[in-house]
Formats: sequence, C-alpha cells, structure tokens
Amino acid sequence: MDSHDRRRSRRLGGVTKVVPISYYVTLSAVLFGLGIAGVLFKRNIITIFMSIELMLNAVNLAFVAFGRSLGQLQGQVFVFFVIVVAAAEAAVGLAIVIVVARSRQSLNVERVNLLKL
Amino acid sequence: MAVAGAMNLILQRHPIHSALSLIVVMVALAGLYLLLDAEFVAAVQIIVYAGAIMVLFVFVIMLLNAGAEERTDFSRMAHYAGIPLAAILLVVLAYRVARASAAMVAQPTAEQATRELSMLLFRSYMFPFELTSILILIAILGALVLAKGDG
Repeated sequence: MDSHDRRRSRRLGGVTKVVPISYYVTLSAVLFGLGIAGVLFKRNIITIFMSIELMLNAVNLAFVAFGRSLGQLQGQVFVFFVIVVAAAEAAVGLAIVIVVARSRQSLNVERVNLLKL
Repeated sequence: MAVAGAMNLILQRHPIHSALSLIVVMVALAGLYLLLDAEFVAAVQIIVYAGAIMVLFVFVIMLLNAGAEERTDFSRMAHYAGIPLAAILLVVLAYRVARASAAMVAQPTAEQATRELSMLLFRSYMFPFELTSILILIAILGALVLAKGDG
C-alpha cells in the first residue's frame, strides 16, 4: 500500500464518513424552503433578492454534495457557473431595484404593481 | 448554524440585518464545502458571494436608505397558497432524501481536486466558460444602462 492509497483509506474512514451526504442534501432542502418562504412572505424587494440568493446557495450545496457522492467533479464546475450567473443576476437585479426605488419612492413590492407610472 | 442564519434572514424586518445574516449563511456554507473536499468552491464562495455580492447588497441598502419593512396587511394569496406549498415541498423533499439516502455514500475525491477541476473547466467546459464571460459583460452593461438611465 503506497502513500496515496493510505491517504485515501484514511480519508474514507475519517471525517468524511461521519457526516453522510444525506445530511447535506437535507440542509440544502431546508435552506431552499426557507428561501421560498422568504420570497413569499417578505415585502421588501431587497430581502426578496437575498432569499433568491439563499435558494441558489442551497442548490449549490446540493450540487457539491451529490458530486461528492458520485465521485465526480462536474458538480463543482456547475456550481462555478451558477455562482457566475448569480453574480450577473445580482448586478442587474440591484440596478433594477435602484431604478424602481427612485421612481416609486418605496421598496415595498405591494406598491410596485404597475410597470409604468 | 446555516439554518439559524437563514431563519434570521427571513425573520428580521430590517434589510441590513437580513443581509448580515445572509453573510453568516454563506460563510457556514463555505465551511461545509471545505468538509466536502471542495476547496475551490469554498474559496469562490467566500470571495464572490460573501465578498462581492454581499457588498453590492449592503451598498444598495445603504444607498436607498432602506428602513424597517412597513407592515402591510398580509397578502391573502401568500397566506393561503404559500404555507401549504412550502410545507408540501419540504415533505416531498424529506421523503425523497430519506428514501434515497441509503444509496448515497461519500466517494473519495481525487487528490489535487482543484487541479482536476481546472482541467475540466478549461478543457471540457471551455465553451460554457466563454459564454459566461459574455453573460457577465452583458450584465455589466445592462446594470450600467439601468442605473444611469433616468438618474
């Protein structure tokens, strides 16, 4: 048994086996549910954006966990792309928020029910 | 810890408190990525999410001088449809996870996973990578146009 195999076996019997993948997936589901609750119940448009970011994070966690469980790296590549798209979405979305808040003088989504004033 | 931060996010009424608890969630998730042997994703999570995106959020909150959320009459649609839908989603997800969890065992990842990841990213996924850079460029332009438009 060379050092590579030994490290691998130690990793299998060590920390990573204590925490099963299903815990990560459960945490991801809980975070996603909280994000949905935030989107549905919050009235502040910035907080709704943050809830969307929370859901994206939950999906990322699921990607990494499943990629780990299948022993593949494609999940992490996809997480990378999701993070990039989330950054783009946050930039555009917050610009829209600024414009809307300027024209409506309010951040409450219930006041923003017209596309054009 | 992540769940506590997320609960705090939707329970706080002041947006800046929500933003700070979202940072807590993201740092906790970065720790979980480290536990999952995804060092690169953990670093990107800290730098991009907890760094860049949250700075953007806090900046906008302060720019717009957002105060505490005003209490409106709770939307009936959200009240009647939202809670059962969220509960159903959670139950279905929990059921699937509980049923499938027997098959899921953590596989050992390759040594030097970040190196492998870069190979995968810049060889096999070259075209999507370039596509995301174009997407970022368009997003920057769109944000500029929107924020400058009627300012």
